[in-house]
Amino acid sequence: MNMIVCCKQVVDPEAPPASFRVDASANKVIPPQGIPPVISPFDENALEAALKIKDAQGGKITVISLGNNLLRDVVKKPLSMGADELVLLEDEAYAEGDAWSVAYAIASAIKKIGEYDLIFCGRQAADWDNGQVGSGIAEILGLPSVTLAKKIEPEDGKAKVERVTADGYDVIEVSLPAVITVSNELGEARYPTIKGIMAAKKKEPIVWKPADIEVDAGKIGASGRRTKLLKLFQPIREGKCEIIEGESPEEAAEKLATKLREVKVL
Amino acid sequence: MADNKGVMILGEVIEGNLSSISTELLGCGRKLADELGQGLSALLIGSAVSGWAREAITYGADKVYVVEDPLLGDYQADSYVLASEKAAKEVNPSILLMGQTEVGSDIAARLAFRLETAAVLDCVALEIDPDSKRLLQTKPVYGGNAQAIYVTDTDPQIATVRAKSMTPLAKDDSRQGEVINIDAGLDASAIRTRILDKVKEEVEGVKLEDATVIITGGRGIGGEEGFKQLEELARLMKGAVGASRPACDNGWMPDKAQVGLTGKIVTPDLYIAVGVSGASQHMAGCSGSKTIVAINKDSEANIFRMAHYGVVGDWKKILPAFKEKIKELIS
Repeated sequence: MNMIVCCKQVVDPEAPPASFRVDASANKVIPPQGIPPVISPFDENALEAALKIKDAQGGKITVISLGNNLLRDVVKKPLSMGADELVLLEDEAYAEGDAWSVAYAIASAIKKIGEYDLIFCGRQAADWDNGQVGSGIAEILGLPSVTLAKKIEPEDGKAKVERVTADGYDVIEVSLPAVITVSNELGEARYPTIKGIMAAKKKEPIVWKPADIEVDAGKIGASGRRTKLLKLFQPIREGKCEIIEGESPEEAAEKLATKLREVKVL
Repeated sequence: MADNKGVMILGEVIEGNLSSISTELLGCGRKLADELGQGLSALLIGSAVSGWAREAITYGADKVYVVEDPLLGDYQADSYVLASEKAAKEVNPSILLMGQTEVGSDIAARLAFRLETAAVLDCVALEIDPDSKRLLQTKPVYGGNAQAIYVTDTDPQIATVRAKSMTPLAKDDSRQGEVINIDAGLDASAIRTRILDKVKEEVEGVKLEDATVIITGGRGIGGEEGFKQLEELARLMKGAVGASRPACDNGWMPDKAQVGLTGKIVTPDLYIAVGVSGASQHMAGCSGSKTIVAINKDSEANIFRMAHYGVVGDWKKILPAFKEKIKELIS
């Protein structure tokens, strides 16, 4: 089983919301001081999906990360969790892309890798929350896709996938190769092992520049965008919370109930 | 692109009804179409959906395109993307809107790539730029910490819309419209998936989406046991229990109880968040609540920036007293 997992380095979504800043003139997020970036959590779920399959039936996991100035400590985490290879699409030219330019570059890298049965992505990245790269890769490579997966069991050239729906889940059989996007319902990703961390330290990622994957320069990064970002802003919060106090927690609780009755919420 | 005209929305029929997101899309689509001085159409895809065409007209559509085929019984990406591709190519809308549902978000992304245009997913506001006449698409990004406004230069401009962010029109039975059938022309061999089972995970009691009171627990609840107390309070207040993503990921509550960016979007009259830090991705699911109450021991927690009323302290002490007082007040 040859598996490819797309992992994105993002600003830590668990950083305190108060540390979140936008540079409005550049339409960019200012990375919070002292909080390192992480692998997007849904991508870690996607990696976990691949690792579970590797545990059960063996196989090879190749992780692809795209960006510029990728921190080795961050992007190597999948290796320390059990992935076999790391391919970095790292170049200035890849930066500032949208779903189109990112899916195009990753699909080109996947073509170069050549052998694949399952391609995993997170349901959406924790930064732009766009959730289209997986579907885009499937369209470009002409593959079927199942999005929002919470369980994947490959068998005999097919995979049985549980897809999250509003009121339950569908069990879908899909022919392989296929693209699967994974949701957090799959369960949290495992922690790296000490052995894995040591192995990851020694492992050098493969870096592919645009020329290595034979992409059209006008179709990657910012120049390949089909959506233009006009404005990035932080919504204004009213921030008027009335704190109900009391001599004891119990008294505060009673006052809260009384208050809710007074303002006719109850 | 110059040939593309009008606004089209994808309607979804769920459990024998034109879904609420569909009427919200019609309300929003009507406004956009009127601003452009163009028509609004609805697209219905399924094995037996023509019965809802008239309903779509009463909620604002000028035309309803129906793509019916036995192969379109249950939602599958391959068949539904082909059906919507066929409709989009025949009708050539300038704007194509879908719900941010497991169906809409799936079709929108694939269709955008297939039609060589772009989609913006999970929009909360849509407007027509007065100068360019292009669609300004506003969506939360960075887990709701920020919002971004996008514009797409290619047609159709595809967007999915978050539930409850748009207002439907009042149903008007006198509204007239036209129903047009489109042949799906589907070939079974083009469908590379097969549905083996559809599993419903029914939540007991009031559904989160319909609840007027929601008591939500977060990481601070600490375990399944704590949620039992929230359930008691919810029963007393005739409400439902929700959970933050960490609480679901820890298995304290079923995934279906998750409120947030990737969970349920709720708009109750009263939302009581207990032991919830108020991460932006959580607030994205509940910020439309009329009144938000926070109970948290950390006075610096983000939830207090979003709540209308708050109590700082240990929920284990606060909740029982709160429950007793409520009992007294409502009796």
